[in-house]
Amino acid sequence: MTFARAWSVALVGVEGRLIEVEAYLGGGLPRTVIIGLADASLAEARDRTKAAVLCAGFRWPPQALTVNLSPATLPKTGSHYDLAIVAAVMAALGDVPVDSLEATVLLGELGLDARVRPVRGVLPALLAAADRGLTRAIVPALQVGEASLVEGLSVWGVQTLGEVAAVLRGEPVVSAPPEIAVAARPADSADLRDVVGQAEAKFALEVAAAGRHHLFMTGPPGVGKTLLAERLPGLLPELDLAEALEVSAIHSLTGEPLEAGLIRRPPYADPHHSASIASMVGGGAMVALPGSVSKAHRGVLFLDEAPEFSPKVMEALRVPLESGRITLGRSLATTTYPARFQLVMAANPCPCGRYGVKGAQCHCPPMSVRRYAERLSGPVLDRVDLTQRLLPMRRSYLRAVVGTGEDSRAVAARVLAARERQAHRFRGHFWRTNGEVPGPELRRRYPLPDGVEILDAAVATGRLSARGVDKVLRVSWTLADLDGAERPLAQHLHTALALRCGDDGRNDGRA
Amino acid sequence: MSGQELGQRGEDLAAAHLTRLGWRLVCRNWRCPRGEIDIIAVDDQALVFCEVKTRAGLGYGDPLEAITYAKVTKLRELASYWLQTNPVRGAVRFDAIGVVIERGCEPRLSHVRGVTT
Repeated sequence: MTFARAWSVALVGVEGRLIEVEAYLGGGLPRTVIIGLADASLAEARDRTKAAVLCAGFRWPPQALTVNLSPATLPKTGSHYDLAIVAAVMAALGDVPVDSLEATVLLGELGLDARVRPVRGVLPALLAAADRGLTRAIVPALQVGEASLVEGLSVWGVQTLGEVAAVLRGEPVVSAPPEIAVAARPADSADLRDVVGQAEAKFALEVAAAGRHHLFMTGPPGVGKTLLAERLPGLLPELDLAEALEVSAIHSLTGEPLEAGLIRRPPYADPHHSASIASMVGGGAMVALPGSVSKAHRGVLFLDEAPEFSPKVMEALRVPLESGRITLGRSLATTTYPARFQLVMAANPCPCGRYGVKGAQCHCPPMSVRRYAERLSGPVLDRVDLTQRLLPMRRSYLRAVVGTGEDSRAVAARVLAARERQAHRFRGHFWRTNGEVPGPELRRRYPLPDGVEILDAAVATGRLSARGVDKVLRVSWTLADLDGAERPLAQHLHTALALRCGDDGRNDGRA
Repeated sequence: MSGQELGQRGEDLAAAHLTRLGWRLVCRNWRCPRGEIDIIAVDDQALVFCEVKTRAGLGYGDPLEAITYAKVTKLRELASYWLQTNPVRGAVRFDAIGVVIERGCEPRLSHVRGVTT
């Protein structure tokens, strides 16, 4: 046999394309050529695979060897083709049966000592392979857990090239199970009870969680803005299966180990304010990798010190905020990643952080206070449904330390109930939560709250923009869902208006 | 066996192999100031310039792997000199022969025809 083929997968974004890896022994002086639009890391597979094969005690053909990756027009990148290349070569030499490769997808990078190393994107790659009717997968032993998440594939974990050959020959594989270091994820160790006081902010957080509203918190340093934001994912309901697969596929692409199973909790991303556009929305040469907005897909994107982010980075958030996905064009491929995240921003009121705090002295000149606030992108702020002003704790602090409020579990239960009401109301539509309903649909399909006249007044005095009206309506629906009401009542509308404008009752007339 | 003896032995085996194939040997170890052509022979199709590489084991890889692009280029260059002094009509080809002579084993020989194409 001078020809054999094996199967692997190329990833374009989170979408997998089946790749046919062909090996042909053509006589002639020994040389190995890999063709089919391979990038540098793949061209190096030539030397990697040869060393690994010889190291494992197998033969490498002493003649001209051509390896073709088909479809040849699709750019291919990465080291995960190593196993498929070696399998095709060994089958062409007759060292493993050719028909053993028929319905088998192989993923894995080879070390020079013939060890099989983990690769990125196993989950989305195997989803594609199973979709195309392949029935068997050979993956690095460390990633068996991740691979087993895909239905319809029998998964073999391998640690060395010798084991790959044994699996393909149908011999029993004797190997110690790999030591999987399951990173003990601090499973929601962040509890809402840890945050002292701030009852109003906690309420705003609950509303944000229930209706999936974007939230903006402002207040002096040390009042608990970051603490609160970190506790938001713990209030959100678990992802359903489809969402969990989407989220896990993205995290698999970024190289995060998934041996503990599908990601069931909403993810949380908190990029530093020095983040570049590429790290925020995704980027990279030739083929773009997902950025923070995609890592926060179906979860929370928290921007601490929001005014410190570069304006360009903030503006780049507008498209994913609107469409729930991001399309990145690079020289080799244009990829689209899902990016439906819940935005939480936090900011100090001024550079020194003491502006507007009772009893504290702000040293910032008025102009710099104003500039600081203006650094926040207007269009992005406009997407925010809830604005919460946090104030420092007063004398009650010590008492509050002892008698804290509810824990996350109690709040999460109410959030879940509110989400279920929304799911019921929105069944059959593409939006799932109040925060996602398009404004016109909201006004047309669902009853308006009682006492909606107060909104007219707010618009008339310029306190609320026309778009702001929709946001207040959305939040009032969420409040009604939390209360178990059939439709929003006047009280819900009043609360929603206060939450939208960031009123805390002390600054009426100024905001 | 020294390196030189090994090479000599390999070339002898290669020459015997070509004779067995029915080829007529034209010249062995043709030397000029620029280098040496191991074997020149004629088969039924062409005048063949042969490079022979011998190794005492596979520890450093197959002998054919040592016949690099540079060596083949050199062989072509030497062939053009030979043809200047020995004008021949007809086709010309370049072959490579790898010989492995391991202690306690039958020598193994692999013959690759037309290495420049």
